[in-house]
Amino acid sequence: MKPRIILDSSKFALTVERLCHQLIEQHRDFSQSCIIGVQPRGVFLAERIHSRLQAILKKKDIQYGKLDITLYRDDFRQKGKPMTTNETDIPFSLEGKNVVLVDDVLFTGRTIRSALDALLDYGRPNDVELLVLIDRRLQRHLPIQAKYVGKVIDSITTEKVKVEWKDLDGADKVWITSDHNE
Amino acid sequence: MSALSQKHLIAIKDLQKSDIELIFQTADTFKEVLQRPIKKVPSLRDITIANLFFEDSTRTRISFELAEKRLSADTINFSASGSSVKKGETLLDTVNNILAMKVDMIVMRHSSSGAQAFLSQHIKANIINAGDGTHEHPTQGLLDGYSVREKFGELKGLNYLIIGDIKHSRVAGSDIPLMTKMGAKVKVCGPPTLIPKYIEEMGATYEPDLKKALEWCDVANVLRIQLERMDIKFVPSLREYSLFYGVNRELLDSINKDITIMHPGPINRGVELNSDVADSKQAIILQQVENGVAVRMAALYLLAGRA
Repeated sequence: MKPRIILDSSKFALTVERLCHQLIEQHRDFSQSCIIGVQPRGVFLAERIHSRLQAILKKKDIQYGKLDITLYRDDFRQKGKPMTTNETDIPFSLEGKNVVLVDDVLFTGRTIRSALDALLDYGRPNDVELLVLIDRRLQRHLPIQAKYVGKVIDSITTEKVKVEWKDLDGADKVWITSDHNE
Repeated sequence: MSALSQKHLIAIKDLQKSDIELIFQTADTFKEVLQRPIKKVPSLRDITIANLFFEDSTRTRISFELAEKRLSADTINFSASGSSVKKGETLLDTVNNILAMKVDMIVMRHSSSGAQAFLSQHIKANIINAGDGTHEHPTQGLLDGYSVREKFGELKGLNYLIIGDIKHSRVAGSDIPLMTKMGAKVKVCGPPTLIPKYIEEMGATYEPDLKKALEWCDVANVLRIQLERMDIKFVPSLREYSLFYGVNRELLDSINKDITIMHPGPINRGVELNSDVADSKQAIILQQVENGVAVRMAALYLLAGRA
């Protein structure tokens, strides 16, 4: 199968815009809520959403943090190499907050399970919601569901979904490729 | 994704620069973990670590044990006193018996230089050297480097001075290769009887005059006079040592430079270091202890991942 684009940059922007408005519908002015991006790739989406939200709401104080889940993974040492850690930066308390956890692709659900464990070590949030750009709904290993979804795709395990970012790869795009082509 | 080039942490001289950088980077993560309300992560929950201390220790042992517990590993402690070592069991037998109980990693301190290197050739578990004789104490070297990096941003280009008993010091044994690998310059200072003969081959130079040495350096690591390792007299008296090589406020004020002072502990106050220096803002001695836990967590985490 040839790599094909599932979201090009104009659709990408629209999707992010819709997700922001869905968030505002639920969280109003974000005074009791915060955005947490999952390291490493979820942070790009979280940053984008965070800056768009601040622009739409004309607010500069929406709380935003980055969460590294490496130390909480359940496949540590199964890959034969230790996984490199990333920065965790949550400069506020999560106690009683409504947390929006942000990642780029929801696949097996294991990352999000680890992220939930990691979050709880920072306090007891009031509630936690999940926002993802791409939901690969057929590959779940755990009972985990996103509340806000950019796009749902049905793909098989050997296929790969790649999210590219303007600041990193030149353009906002989402690709689907099969492993053999790489 | 990167990994250490070594399966064991026996000596700094076995490590590559990239290994040291990886340990420092990982330690940054753990330092953040240690600031949290819940200072614990589940990474090593399926790992059992034996702390084998054939020689006395307080700081290093507590530091390792805390590091292991913060990583959720199971730990067992062993000290030579009150064990079968007294009944004549060999080192290899002792360790193999412990490993037979399904232990994954070993942290070991031993009074013979090279004990850990010997063990590493005979057993499968990962070994971390917590000090071997007068050879090396790699996690001390790493935490010293990490503490200096924290203060100055990087080690490259710094002038690093080690004062005291270089000959019997495993701290110097690890600090010298670590600092030179990371691009710092190293000088040692102390009575000529306590300077190893081949100091230049280790990558350091010797300066007998303490004041001159202090004027040269950015950081001075003051070592403890190790009375327990001196079976013959290397210095006439502690009083004389302190007179020539003791670091005090008066001396530091006489040089026109704000030097950072380190000490691996335990301090002989009034001998190698005076209280008016040890408790001053120039000293980062307690930061070294704090960083020790994060650095040891990084070493344990990275080695466990290599299994």
